[in-house]
Amino acid sequence: MGRKLDPTNQVKKGPGRKSRKQKGAETELSKFITAEESEPKRRTSRARKRAVKRAHDPKKTKDLPEPTPLKGFTDENKDWLKPAKRKRKIDTPESEDDSDEMWEQEEEEEDEVEKVGTKQGKKAVAAKIAQKEEEDDEEDDMVDDYGAAEESSGEEAEGGSDEEELLPIERAAKKEKKIKEAMGIGSDDDDDSEDEEAVKRDDEDADEEDAIQTNIEEMDKFRLPGEEELAKESVIPLDLQSIHHRIKENVDVLTHFAAKREEGKGRGEYISLLRSDLCTYYSYNDFLMEKLMDIFPVSELIDFLEANEIQRPVTIRTNTLKTRRRDLAQALINRGVNLDPLGKWSKVGLVIFDSSVPIGATPEYLAGHYMLQGASSLLPVMALSPQEGECVLDMSSAPGGKTTYIAQLMRNTGTIVANDANAERLKSVVGNIHRLGVTNAVICNYDGRQFPKVMGGFDRVLLDAPCSGTGVIAKDPAVKTSKDEADILRAAHLQKELLLSAIDSVNADSATGGYLIYCTCSIMVEENEWVVDYALKKRNVKLVPAGLDFGTEGFTRFQERRFHPSLRLTRRFYPHSHNMDGFFVAKLKKFSNSVPATEMEQDEDKTETSESVAVAGSPNQKPSKNKTSKIPEKAAVSPKGQTNGAGAKKPPNIQAKGQKVQPTGPKKAKMAKMDVKNVNEGEANASESCKTEGSRFEKKHEKNRKSPMKKKNRLGKNKFNKLKKVLQKEWNGD
Amino acid sequence: MRPLTDEETKTMFEKLSKYIGENIKLLVDRPDGVYCFRLHNDRVYYMSEKILKLATNVARDKLVSVGTCFGKFTKTGKFRLHITALDFLAPYAKFKVWVKPGTEQSFLYGNHVLKSGLGRITENTNQYQGVVVYSMADVPLGFGVAAKTTQECRRMDPMSIVVFHQADVGEFIRNEDTLT
Repeated sequence: MGRKLDPTNQVKKGPGRKSRKQKGAETELSKFITAEESEPKRRTSRARKRAVKRAHDPKKTKDLPEPTPLKGFTDENKDWLKPAKRKRKIDTPESEDDSDEMWEQEEEEEDEVEKVGTKQGKKAVAAKIAQKEEEDDEEDDMVDDYGAAEESSGEEAEGGSDEEELLPIERAAKKEKKIKEAMGIGSDDDDDSEDEEAVKRDDEDADEEDAIQTNIEEMDKFRLPGEEELAKESVIPLDLQSIHHRIKENVDVLTHFAAKREEGKGRGEYISLLRSDLCTYYSYNDFLMEKLMDIFPVSELIDFLEANEIQRPVTIRTNTLKTRRRDLAQALINRGVNLDPLGKWSKVGLVIFDSSVPIGATPEYLAGHYMLQGASSLLPVMALSPQEGECVLDMSSAPGGKTTYIAQLMRNTGTIVANDANAERLKSVVGNIHRLGVTNAVICNYDGRQFPKVMGGFDRVLLDAPCSGTGVIAKDPAVKTSKDEADILRAAHLQKELLLSAIDSVNADSATGGYLIYCTCSIMVEENEWVVDYALKKRNVKLVPAGLDFGTEGFTRFQERRFHPSLRLTRRFYPHSHNMDGFFVAKLKKFSNSVPATEMEQDEDKTETSESVAVAGSPNQKPSKNKTSKIPEKAAVSPKGQTNGAGAKKPPNIQAKGQKVQPTGPKKAKMAKMDVKNVNEGEANASESCKTEGSRFEKKHEKNRKSPMKKKNRLGKNKFNKLKKVLQKEWNGD
Repeated sequence: MRPLTDEETKTMFEKLSKYIGENIKLLVDRPDGVYCFRLHNDRVYYMSEKILKLATNVARDKLVSVGTCFGKFTKTGKFRLHITALDFLAPYAKFKVWVKPGTEQSFLYGNHVLKSGLGRITENTNQYQGVVVYSMADVPLGFGVAAKTTQECRRMDPMSIVVFHQADVGEFIRNEDTLT
């Protein structure tokens, strides 16, 4: 008892240490915020002062347009800031004044000074027009927009809070009206264009007028920064606002390149500047940005990058094994969730706008009535369209979203094999499968590459391959900087291996199926079209329409690469155009169970070709010929055609378990065929097989020979002697 | 993976019968195919013959789960039902308890059901009878054991326990790692 009352050990009451710490941070933050917010206030007070002054002496204030744009002036500057000749307005403040935003725009200053000449010419014209109207004050509105903006903002401050809440576009419209009034109704068209510019400028960012001011000087024509400017930039980096502005300008030039380019500057220079700017502004690494620039045209690229900065909407999928979408929606609405159907294309998806309860812990969620799942991951399963009673393999299933969707489409009939290489992630698969009431699933933990050996003969296979994740940057921004060429290629290599083993696990003779879906959440061509193209070359598969009526077509050509024309049947989904994660879906149909001979074998077995042509001519082979003709690549290589034929002839004895695709398949098939064919060919085959054996030996020898050759740096004795002889000859010749 | 021994079958069926009574035979003799129980890693899985055949292809150490997990045998040889069995307990349950919407959340966090949260209860429930817990919207939430008979429940004070918690669907999240 006594010990418990020990004052030194007393338990502190009230909020704990951590909460207090957070409070401290909060107050700090609030200080910070108020400091920032005080800035516009100050300005408005000054504006108010100005207004008062104007009220006192209306004539004088009309001559006082210049100080307004630059906010750093104090009363001491007043006398020289009241310019007698207004036309010097840019030179004087910029060369002498050191107001607080000067340091921000050091880099641009040089441009501006250069441009003053041209500006002034323009200004003079503008001044002439203005003098016609005899309205000194409004002249600035024409010459430069920001004067008006300042003016109006000042007035708004006076007007009260409701005016301050005007949208930028409204403010712009107001200003336009004012200008029109000033100019008279019959204003000419060149100021019209300026008005447009004004509107555009106002749209950019009304709050940060300072930043806009700095950029206005270089508005007319974008020019690339010179070398010394770039050098300066490397020392003092530009602020994000001006980089953003420069990106915009640059994109504008690039989209109308012929009209807006600077003389003597190539597209490459603009592009490289744009790339470095985008890397800085969106914080990507150079490699990824370059890849993205290859994929998207410039204007689309910006959209894509912007879309990656915002989260995709939360979507859920109704578990039709346990409930209906209407009931679920009603139940969730009763819990205070705001939702809507996902789209016409999905009958089970719902979009969650906002929710008063955690959407991943409602009793409905726990009871398995729905699954939290991105809209994009519904697509591959819809493309797969599993039928009731089929045997389906999900090769990389974690966390089980697609697997449970497959089960739901099959209404818990047939069988699903859910595999994943990562045992940790399989726990979520187990949880989700049981929660959603899926009873027909086998969950196993193999490396996908071993698959046809474990079991094959599936009706359908879904391969959601591991990838670099460049389509889901919004979810995981680490991708922006963590990926490089090696990562992409490593992923692509793994994907190729997985895709081949997935194809080998499909049973082409299935009555209802024989389909395979390959999908990734990457948008890299290396991981998508390239991989599928590789599979088309390596296996007896063809692309079929995915059954998704939206999404953009896959690339059939990309830079120097040319893919099979049927690759346009694949579908790509982008965050900016479809508002879902970046995704790629390809649907393949396997038309023969046999594995075509590898290219190496083909090279060795050149002699085989003549014989195989003879075989192909026989009536037995006709179906196979038809099949091969569907894929021109395959038809071109006759040994492949032959293997296809063999596959078709094989009785469909492939069972669910233990269907082994032997690498020697074609050869065995050939032997079987030889029994039917005449003896001559059998002999030919025998001799040919001998040849292949011989060639194999040769290969071995080659290998043996090769291994010492690898040590090129070391000179062999013979070589040394030879070299010596040659050198000696040369010496003698000389 | 192996079939259950007689001993194990007896233990498990005894446990199951506490919740679904003689409806057990509906689990074994189903019109849509042959279903069976198999033991794998001390856990009992309930699956159809078709899946069983497919699962034999998978190596023992690579097999994570087949069909539906019903529960596990403890080291002392007792059988413990898992929440994953709820899908098969709920439709055949003999005795049910409905909880009020306010108590749902409390039950899903692993608490017992108090008298104040009791919405409805099946008549003639005996003490220590296995019951399945439903929400008022008839969504099964878990199962437990009745602490009192129905009669006693009527005249108890609001803060006393009427159903002891055994498993709830919140475990899908809380105990995700130990489901298999």
